[in-house]
Amino acid sequence: MTLRADAPPATVDVRRFTTVQRWIHRTTAALMGICLLTAACLYVPQLAELVGRRALVVTLHQWAGLALPVPVLAGLASRAFRADLGRLNRFGPHDRTWLRAALRRDRRHASRPAAKFNAGQKLYASWIAGATLVMLATGLMMWFTHLTPLLWRTSATFVHDWLALTIGIVLAGHIGMALADPESRRGMRTGRVSSQWADREHPLWRP
Amino acid sequence: MNQDVPKGVNDEHPDQRGAPVGRRVFLGTLALGAAGVVAAPPLQRGLEAFLGGAADKDPTGLTGLLPNGGGFRYYSVASSVPRKNADTYRLTVDGLVDRPTAYTLDDLKALPQTRLVRDVQCVTGWRVPDTPFEGVRLSRLLDAARVRPTAKAIRFTCFDGTYTESLTLAQARRADVLVALRMQDKGLSHSHGGPVRLYVAPMYFYKSAKWLSGITVTDEVRPGYWEERGYDVDAWVGRSNGRDDDPTS
Repeated sequence: MTLRADAPPATVDVRRFTTVQRWIHRTTAALMGICLLTAACLYVPQLAELVGRRALVVTLHQWAGLALPVPVLAGLASRAFRADLGRLNRFGPHDRTWLRAALRRDRRHASRPAAKFNAGQKLYASWIAGATLVMLATGLMMWFTHLTPLLWRTSATFVHDWLALTIGIVLAGHIGMALADPESRRGMRTGRVSSQWADREHPLWRP
Repeated sequence: MNQDVPKGVNDEHPDQRGAPVGRRVFLGTLALGAAGVVAAPPLQRGLEAFLGGAADKDPTGLTGLLPNGGGFRYYSVASSVPRKNADTYRLTVDGLVDRPTAYTLDDLKALPQTRLVRDVQCVTGWRVPDTPFEGVRLSRLLDAARVRPTAKAIRFTCFDGTYTESLTLAQARRADVLVALRMQDKGLSHSHGGPVRLYVAPMYFYKSAKWLSGITVTDEVRPGYWEERGYDVDAWVGRSNGRDDDPTS
């Protein structure tokens, strides 16, 4: 019986995110969290009753919302971050395969080919970026009430309310998927993932 | 690793990266948001009608949490609001009057009551149709206190310790301005500003101060809490705050 030769190779880590990228994620997540929590305290009657202090909560919400795009914009100075934005942007034939498998609820790794980011992550990133800017624009229309005509403001409130609810649901999905995958969380926390995980979840990625 | 990568699927090489779908989704989301703002008025009317109908049949109350789900929303500017009952509640009338008075809840209940059924319109957009309010006309309390000729306005204070409101004397004497003890044909609950709130039927609902505890007659209008933060002092529904809602009274 040979002990050494057949033993699995020692775990090798590969680099997934740089320090700058992880800080972009952390600060964006914190600001988004403040936006959502304050929104809930303004909106859900039971929470509004519990917290009160409406003027303070509104101020927190407004400034967190205004600051929300800042980490990503500042992050554009990082070459690694720009490269990842490029990867998130481009969809190859394997992304179509991945999406089709996702729609069929086919969870086999073989039917879910992905490079550094899978097609779901790409769609999420693009959508949340657009949704954040829509929230910012409609939020500014509600904040500076004397800048836009009345009809615009009421309409902006309508879009802001419903999109907030949608973002809350989508974000819960984002967090839920992170909770289900400890190694992916480790990637965002420490910047490194095991090569086995990378091979399994992102077979087309060459770190 | 990954020696068996098929050709044409490597997104690390610029010429093989595939279509910029991410950018399209990003721009598409922005375009949908803009379209949503443009299409909001008819969409909102439709949704309000639908959710209003659904809320009537919804035992869970979850529809009330949806945007435009109908009904009242709770707004408080204080961190916490003490509770007052028939033993602890007092309403004082003072300032430029000859007869300063303090009313208990029972005193107020013993006075002639007026019932008004009007729409409630909040400056943030929600409207609750045909809501009954019942209480003592403010003009009756002012007459009983004998307002002096130099008086021009009223300042209202609240036992949440923070909120204030204001009316001119002429506005305060209108027949549709009440010191309300009942709402929706029930005693005013704490979350609706009970046991006693102001009800200014023709104005946006922030004028109808909750948890009313003081009526002070002054020689000039002193802007209230939200009015110091940009809301109009003369808050007629449909003719102020840049809004054109249908009048409520």
